[in-house]
Amino acid sequence: MATIVTIIVFILFLGAILTGGYNKELMARFRSHWLWDWITTVDHKKIGILYALGGGFFFIFGGIEALLMRMQLFYPNNDFIVGRTFNELLSMHGTTMIFFVAMPLLFALMNVAVPLQIGARDVAFPFLNALGFWLFFAGGLLMNLSWLFGNAPDAGWTNYVPIAANEYSAGTGIDYYVLGLQISGIGTLIGGINFLVTIINMRAPGMSFLRMPLFTWTSFVASALILFGFPPLTAGLFLIMFERLFGANFFDVAAGGNPIIWQHLFWIFGHPEVYIVILPAFGVMSEVISTFSKKRLFGYTSMVFATILIGFLGFMVWAHHMFTVGMGPVANSIFAIATMAIAVPTGIKVFNWLFTMWGGKIRFTTAMLYAVGFIPTFVMGGVTGVMLASPPADYQYHDSYFVVAHFHYVLIGGTVFGVLAGLYYWWPKMFGYTLNEKIGKWNFWLFFIGFHMTFFIQHFIGLFGMPRRVFTYQPEDGLTLINQISTYGAFLMAVASILLVVNIVYSYRHRVPAGNDPWDGRTLEWTISSPAPFYNFAQLPRVRALDAFWHEKMNGRKEMEPAEPLGPIHMPNDTHLPFVMTLGFFVSGLGFVFRSNEVGVLGLIIVILTMFVRSFEKDHGYHVETDEIEKTEKGANA
Amino acid sequence: MSTAELEHAKTSAGLPPHPERATMEGRNKVLGFWLFLGAETVLFACLFGTYLALKGSTLDGPTTQELYKIPMVAAATIILLTSSLTSVLGVLGLHQNNYKKLMFWFGVTVLLGAAFLGLEIYEFVEYVHEGHTFTSSAFGSAFYTLVGTHGAHVLFGITWITALMIQARRRGINLDTAPKFFVASLYWHFVDVVWVFIFTVVYLMGKVG
Amino acid sequence: MSRGKHSARLLSIFAILTLLMTGCEEPAKTVFDPKGSAGESQLDLIMLSIYIMIFVFVVVMAIFFYVLIRYRQKPGDNSIPKQIEGSMKLELLWIVIPIILLAILAVPTLSTTFSLAEEAPDNGDALRVKVTAHQYWWEFEYPDLGIKTAQELHIPTNEKVYLELTSDDVIHSFWVPELAGKQDLNPGKTNTMWLDAKEPGTYAGRCAELCGASHALMNFEVVAEDRSDFDQWVAERKNPSSEPQTAEQKAGKEVFTQNCMSCHAIDGTKMKTKGDKGPNLTGFAKRNKVAGLMENNDENLEKWLKHPDQIKPGTYMPSFDYLNKKDMNNLKEYLRSLE
Repeated sequence: MATIVTIIVFILFLGAILTGGYNKELMARFRSHWLWDWITTVDHKKIGILYALGGGFFFIFGGIEALLMRMQLFYPNNDFIVGRTFNELLSMHGTTMIFFVAMPLLFALMNVAVPLQIGARDVAFPFLNALGFWLFFAGGLLMNLSWLFGNAPDAGWTNYVPIAANEYSAGTGIDYYVLGLQISGIGTLIGGINFLVTIINMRAPGMSFLRMPLFTWTSFVASALILFGFPPLTAGLFLIMFERLFGANFFDVAAGGNPIIWQHLFWIFGHPEVYIVILPAFGVMSEVISTFSKKRLFGYTSMVFATILIGFLGFMVWAHHMFTVGMGPVANSIFAIATMAIAVPTGIKVFNWLFTMWGGKIRFTTAMLYAVGFIPTFVMGGVTGVMLASPPADYQYHDSYFVVAHFHYVLIGGTVFGVLAGLYYWWPKMFGYTLNEKIGKWNFWLFFIGFHMTFFIQHFIGLFGMPRRVFTYQPEDGLTLINQISTYGAFLMAVASILLVVNIVYSYRHRVPAGNDPWDGRTLEWTISSPAPFYNFAQLPRVRALDAFWHEKMNGRKEMEPAEPLGPIHMPNDTHLPFVMTLGFFVSGLGFVFRSNEVGVLGLIIVILTMFVRSFEKDHGYHVETDEIEKTEKGANA
Repeated sequence: MSTAELEHAKTSAGLPPHPERATMEGRNKVLGFWLFLGAETVLFACLFGTYLALKGSTLDGPTTQELYKIPMVAAATIILLTSSLTSVLGVLGLHQNNYKKLMFWFGVTVLLGAAFLGLEIYEFVEYVHEGHTFTSSAFGSAFYTLVGTHGAHVLFGITWITALMIQARRRGINLDTAPKFFVASLYWHFVDVVWVFIFTVVYLMGKVG
Repeated sequence: MSRGKHSARLLSIFAILTLLMTGCEEPAKTVFDPKGSAGESQLDLIMLSIYIMIFVFVVVMAIFFYVLIRYRQKPGDNSIPKQIEGSMKLELLWIVIPIILLAILAVPTLSTTFSLAEEAPDNGDALRVKVTAHQYWWEFEYPDLGIKTAQELHIPTNEKVYLELTSDDVIHSFWVPELAGKQDLNPGKTNTMWLDAKEPGTYAGRCAELCGASHALMNFEVVAEDRSDFDQWVAERKNPSSEPQTAEQKAGKEVFTQNCMSCHAIDGTKMKTKGDKGPNLTGFAKRNKVAGLMENNDENLEKWLKHPDQIKPGTYMPSFDYLNKKDMNNLKEYLRSLE
C-alpha cells in the first residue's frame, strides 16, 4: 500500500518536474510569493541569511537539549530524564550543535562576506551553493524528525559501534543520524568546493592570494579541510548504513568485523572538522580585531601560514581522540607529538592578535567585545588541548567532564564567540542597519559570564572523577554543588541567547540606515552599499594592497578605483531545482529510515532526474543593463 | 536542412582551441571537478583501508586466493584501460572541433564501460555461487563495498556520457557543452585509475597472499 | 618527582581551589590525590602541564590586559595609529618559546607512555586479572587463582596487578580515578594495563565510555587489602560457604535454582548449570554493593530483585516481582548467606 502511494506521489513529482507545473495559474501565484523567491534564490547573500536562519533554528533545539541535560544533573540520582532518553539528548545535542548550528552559521558568514571581500560579483557555483544550503537543512530536519517518529539517535555524536549497531540500539534512531548526516554532508562538501573555486578563480583584479583578507584565507583553508575531511565521514556513514540496513558485517566482531575501523574513519573526519569550525572563527576575529584597533593585522603573512599549517596538521592527529583504545605506546607517542605541534601555529595567532591591538586605538563595540573575550577563553581551551595531548595524562582526562569543558571552551569560546562577533560585525552589510550596541553589550557579558560559570567548573568535575555522557552521579561523589553551579551558568547563557533575539527584534524596529561603512572598515565589503546590491560590485574594484579599502582611504580616496568600465552584468537565474533535488534526497532518506528501500531508491531517482533536467536546461542567466545598475547605485547612495 | 548542414551547425566555427576553459563557467567547472575528484580519492582511500583491514576475516567462506579469477579480471582491466584511451580520443575530437570524432570515440567509451560492467556483474554472480556474499563475512562486506562503489561509478559514468552525447546531438560542440565533455572524461580517467588500484591491491595482492 | 613534593603542592594549590569549588563538599574520587603509582605518574604529568599552561596563560593575560587598558581609544582622539606589518624577532620569539615548552612536556610524556604500557612479566609471579565488561556490570577473573567474581576487584596493596581488558558486548572503559587512568574494553580485542594501590582501601571505579542506557550506573569498586588479607580473601573465594544452613536458606536455594541459575553461578554448590550471562554471585554477602551501586542490605536487594529495570534502565536482569513474599524472603536469606 505504502509503495503504491509513494509511486503515485512520485509520478506527480515527475509530472511537475518535467512540465514545470501542471497548473499555470497556481504556479504563477507560487512564483510571485516571497517564499518562492527565497526557495529559488541563488544569491549568495540571501543564501547566507538562509544559513543563519537555519543555524539559529537548530540552535533552539540544541540549546533546549543542553538545558534539559543540565537540569537532570542538578541533583545526584535525579530521575527527571534518565537512561536512553538522556543518551538521546546528549547525542542530538552534540550532533545538532556541530553539524546543524556551528557549520551553517559559519557558512552563513562565509556566504555573506567571502565574495564581497575578494571583490567578486557572485560565487563560482550559485546553483550548487543553493543546493548545499537546502541539503544541510534537509539533513538537519530529517535528523530532528527522529524526535517525532520513534526514537532519536542514542550513541553520542561520535556514534561509536557497537552501541550504534542494530543489536544495541533498537529502533530507527541511528538511521536518522546516518542518513541525516549523509545528506547534509553532501551539502557541506558542495559548499566547500564552491568556496575553494570561488576564491581561486574569482578574485578581483589585483587581489593576489597574499592580499586576501584573513577571513577569506581561513574560509579557504576550512573549505579545503571540508574537501578532504568529509569523505571519510561519508565512507563511514555508508558502512554503518549498510550494516544497519542491509546486514553487512564491517563492525560485528562475531562476523570478523572490527569496531575500531569506525573510530578511525570518524576521527579522520572528526579532527579536521574541529578546525573546519574554528578556522573561520579565527578569521572573523582577525577582521574584527584589526578593524576596531584601526591597525593592520600584525604578522599577516605568518597568520596565513599558521592557518595553512593548522589545516595540514589537522589531518595528522586524529588518533589523539583514541589514546585509550589500545593502539600501543608507539602510536600514542607519535600522535601525542603531532598534536602538541599544533599548539605552535595556534600560539602564533594568539600573539599576533594581541600585537595587532598593541599600539592601536581600540573601540569596544559588541563585535570587538566578543573578539576580545574570545582571547582568554580560547587560550584556556588551547592550553587544556595541549594537556590532553599527553597520553598518560589523557588516560585520566579522557571521556571525563574535563574533555567536555575543553571542547566547549574551544567550540563556544572559539566558534560561537566568532560567529556572534561576525554577526554583529557584518549585520549592517547583511540588512542595512546595525544591531543595538547597548543590548549587545548585555548580551555579551551575560553570555561570557554564563559560559565560564558553566564550563570552567567542568574541568574539575572531570578531574574529580565524573565521566562524560552520564545521566547521574552518586551523592557520595561530592559533585553536587559544582554540578549545580554549572547548571546555573547554562541558564545564564540561555538568557543571553534570548537577549540576542530581543536585540534582533529591537534593532529591526528601530533601524537606521547604517551607510556603506559603519565601522571604518578596511576591506572591500565596506566599499559597497548596505545591504549589498544583488550584483555586489557595479564595477569590479582594482585592489592595490592588503586591506584594499583602508589603503585607498589613507591615500585620500573615498572609494575604490574601478578596474573596468560600467557595463552590463551577467547574473544567474533563480531556480527551483536545488529545492526539488533536495526533496528527492529527503524522500530517499526518509525511505531508508523507514526501511522501505523502494521509497529510498525512488528518492534517488528524483535526484538523478533533476540532475539531468538541470544538465539539459539552457540556462545562461541574464544581463543587468547599465541604466538599471546606475539607478540602483543612485538609490543606494541617496 | 541537409545532413551536411546539420553536421556543420554542430561543429560551430570559431571555437577557441580549448573551448572547455574559454569561459569563466568552464574554468570554474573544470577546477571544481578536479577538487571533487580529490574528495573522491579520499573516499576510495577509506574504502581501501577498510578492505585491507578486513580482507582476512573470511570466516567459513572462500579466501582471496581461492576466490579471485585473475584472467577474467585482467580482461576487464584491459577493457577499462582501453576505454580511458578512447575517451582521450574523444576529447581530442573536442579540441579539434570535430563533432563526428567526438561522438564516435565517446560512443566507444560508453560501450567499453558497459562491457566492463557486464563482466563485473558476471564475476559477482560467480562469487555469490561460491558462497562469497555481501553478508557472509566482514571480508564479503568490505569487498563488495569497495568494488561495488567503483562499479556504481562506472555505471554513473556511462549514463552521464550518454546523456552528454544526447545533448551534443541537439546542440553540437559549444562553449556550454565542451566543459561538460571535458569534465566527464576527467571523471572517466579517475574511475580508471581507481580500478588500477583495485586490480593491484585487491586482486593481485589477494592472489599473492 | 617525589611523592612528598606532591603533597605539598597539592595542599597549597588544589586543596584551596577544591574547597572554593565545592564549598563544604569533599570530592570522593579525585585524580589530585592518587593512591597508586600509575595515578601518581599521571598526576606528575598533569601537574607539569598545568604549571606550563598557567605560565602561558599568565603571560598572555598580562599582555592582554596591558593592551586593553593602555590602547583603548580616548574620546576625541581620531588619529590613525601606526600600521605595523609585523616583527620577525617577536614572531620568532613566540615560535621558539612554545616549542621549548612543548619539548619540556614531551619528554616525560613519552617516558610515562611507555612505562604505563608495561606488560605482565612472563615468570608467572605477577597477579593477572582478566576484566570483562558487560552491559552494565564487571566480571573479574583471576586465571592463575581460579577465581571468578564480579563488581569488586580485590587486589593486594603495593603490588602491580596486570589487567587484561576485554568486552563481551559494546565498548566500555575501565577507570579508577584514584589509582590509574582509563583503558577501553573492546569486543574482540584484549587491552592491557597495570595498577597498584599503596594504601588499603576501597576505590570507586566508573565506566567511562558511553555503553548504553545505564552507562552512568556501571560502577564498580577496587578493594585493596594487605597481602595477608588478600590471601585470606582468595582462600575464602576458593572455598566459599555457599551451602544453605537454615530451612529458609535451603528453600531460598531452591528458588535460586529455579529462577536465577541460568544466568548466575555460585561456586561451591552442586548446581547443575553455572550461568555466565550475569555476575557470579559467590560470596555475595561479603560484597559492599548490590548491583555495584546500592549499599548491600536487605531492602536494596529486594528493590533490585523486584524492579532491576527501574534501577538500571536497560539491564538484562528480568524482574522477579512475580515471586511471592515467602519465596522472595527465602531467596534473599540464601543470597545474604553466601560468604
